[in-house]
Amino acid sequence: MMIIGLTICRISDVLLCNVTDRVSFWFVVTDSSQNMTTVPGSVVEAAIRMNRNRINSAFLLSDKTLQFLKITSTLSPPVEPSTPVWLIVFGVVLCLIVAGIVFLVVAGIQQRKKKNKESTERENLEEKGEVTVTVENGIPCEALDLKAGHINGVFAADDERFTSL
Amino acid sequence: MEKSRPLWDNPLQFVFACISYAVGLGNVWRFPYLCQMYGGGGFLIPYFIMLIAEGMPLLYLELAVGQRMRRGSIGAWKIISPYLCGVGVASVVVSFFLSMYYNVINAWAFWYLFHSFQDPLPWATCPLNSNRTGYEEECEKTSSTQYFWYRQTLNISPSLEASGNVQWEQALCLTLAWLVVYLCILRGTESTGKVVYVTASLPYCVLIIYLIRGLTLHGAVNGLVYMFTPKLEQLSNPKTWISAATQIFFSLGLGFGSLIAFASYNEPTNNCERHAIIVSLINSTTSIFASIVTFSIYGFKATFNYESCINKVILLLLNAFDLEEGSLTADNLNEMKDYLMATHPQEYAQLSPQLKNCSLEAELDTAVQGTGLAFIVYSEAIKNMEVPQLYSVLYFVMLLMLGIGSMLGNTAAILTPLTDSRVIATRFPKEVISGVVCFINCVIGLIFTMEAGNYWFDIFNDYAATLSLLLIVLVETIAVCYIYGIRRFEKDLYTMIGRKPNWYWKIMWAFASPLLIISLFIFYLTDYILTGTLQYQAWDATQGQLVTKDYPSYALAVIGLLVAASTMCIPLGALVTFIRKRLKRERVSTVA
Repeated sequence: MMIIGLTICRISDVLLCNVTDRVSFWFVVTDSSQNMTTVPGSVVEAAIRMNRNRINSAFLLSDKTLQFLKITSTLSPPVEPSTPVWLIVFGVVLCLIVAGIVFLVVAGIQQRKKKNKESTERENLEEKGEVTVTVENGIPCEALDLKAGHINGVFAADDERFTSL
Repeated sequence: MEKSRPLWDNPLQFVFACISYAVGLGNVWRFPYLCQMYGGGGFLIPYFIMLIAEGMPLLYLELAVGQRMRRGSIGAWKIISPYLCGVGVASVVVSFFLSMYYNVINAWAFWYLFHSFQDPLPWATCPLNSNRTGYEEECEKTSSTQYFWYRQTLNISPSLEASGNVQWEQALCLTLAWLVVYLCILRGTESTGKVVYVTASLPYCVLIIYLIRGLTLHGAVNGLVYMFTPKLEQLSNPKTWISAATQIFFSLGLGFGSLIAFASYNEPTNNCERHAIIVSLINSTTSIFASIVTFSIYGFKATFNYESCINKVILLLLNAFDLEEGSLTADNLNEMKDYLMATHPQEYAQLSPQLKNCSLEAELDTAVQGTGLAFIVYSEAIKNMEVPQLYSVLYFVMLLMLGIGSMLGNTAAILTPLTDSRVIATRFPKEVISGVVCFINCVIGLIFTMEAGNYWFDIFNDYAATLSLLLIVLVETIAVCYIYGIRRFEKDLYTMIGRKPNWYWKIMWAFASPLLIISLFIFYLTDYILTGTLQYQAWDATQGQLVTKDYPSYALAVIGLLVAASTMCIPLGALVTFIRKRLKRERVSTVA
């Protein structure tokens, strides 16, 4: 039963015509209380617009699969959360990166302070003559990090260039 | 006591750094396009010939120079000959231009990555218009992925002259991109060396996942067969060979000074010959690997569009002639069309303008390159896969890794000469120098986040590096072979790796590569001169497609300035050194 305008109609009031091979048809709605006059098209359109969801679910169809000619469906807008999702992810990544930068910068400053303190301490001790620092060619042995220094190519222990015994 | 030079922790870090730098976005978005345009599988022939003639020798040359001189580009070329300091400066200037605009791509990748955490993906459907009866007009005319790129990401203006405002969302993403780069280069090789483990290997993991996913997609084989079928007649087209040479040249990143910078942090006995061969081979195989993935994605997208087109035609015919559902299928469509044309000629004639001729080849033929391929075509294919969010996140993380890897090389090319120079390095710690460089680049990069920013991006992309690099590398090769002397270079290599370069390397350095570069240079110059006015593609919102427009005069002036700023450094450097030496000689003679 459907309410069209102010009249209640029954199934028997809906007349089908022009049924084709394709599942499509024309229909008119008659008003049995007023001597079988047809209900005007605009009223039927308004009723269908209001009850679109019920009609769709009755047929287990959707707006895409059940089409009423000349009745355009209002499309449902996509769900939008209050804060856009991308800003949340952006905020998380930004905090991580800034934390990383701050950590590295602070660690670098601390390392430099420690190195400065060590070198001033060693200078003080050398002045007092208390510490014998093993020195090789004027460079303290601890600082001779072989990995980071210059390797003299002539004396490099490259076994390939020496004939094997 | 002289501070010793920082070094890579092990040779693997160096190789990864070079791979991470060389394997960049060009392997993903330029090589598949070239392969498609210039003969499919047949393009691999000129590609490999150019790799052997030009790619490997020039890469070995740059790595050897960097490793021998143990200085950034400016210092290294000064040692080779004092008149060549301009070459180093030109490299730094080109790297500076590149880093200005390249990080904007990372900003876009971040934008898409952050938008991948939604269901459905925002580029999968068009937004609704104001009275919710249909979709936005601009989106209707074009596709939802193109709308998302041109309107919601770039908010592009109709022409270069209409600059518009800075888009705050893109500005935020650009700032984040620069912060990430700063985090990676903050401590020099110490931090860069660890980061390149990730940026070099992660893209391969994602490419393998995409390969498996791509090959199992419906219609992927169509794409692979179509693209890889060799069209050997393209080999007679000179453009094929020129494109192969250009692609090898720019893909390896020669001439920017990044390779020299990376190699300068090597131990002097590092075997750079082996590393040069490894890096260039990996770079080329990655290009081919990436194009297999891209072509299977193309095939999937083309098949999907083709089948949608056919379904639309079927629906139209069913509605118009009130036929039973299922009576029209893809297989009998053509016969039924003829039948309907015969039985209902008038209605069919009325309907025929709306009936599109769906063709799989036409869909496959749309060849795209550049940002269009990376951001539009791939996102269109991703939205049709199952679990699109996962593939979207994977893909944009891969783009980010590729982009950041290349940015590390670019910034190394700028920072190494700065930290080498005693004037700057003694006054400021390297964190401050890196910070200042990143900050300046970020501020200038805000230009590319304006509404007309994408047009300026195209200007920088097409003109900032192309001609200048060819000139720089040409001068480099001639300098090493003829000014420094190939015998002296041989001796240096013998000291470093214990082996003299064989005749292949020497012939390529002395003759083949310079000749190739000269011919490329002449080709580009004649091409620019013959085309007359330069044009660009502008997005027309009313039509929903790209239209060609002429550059305004101030844009042409900027292009000229970009090219001149780097190329003029070379003669200017020589001139300044000459004047300085003259003045010193005069001063000495007057004093004596």
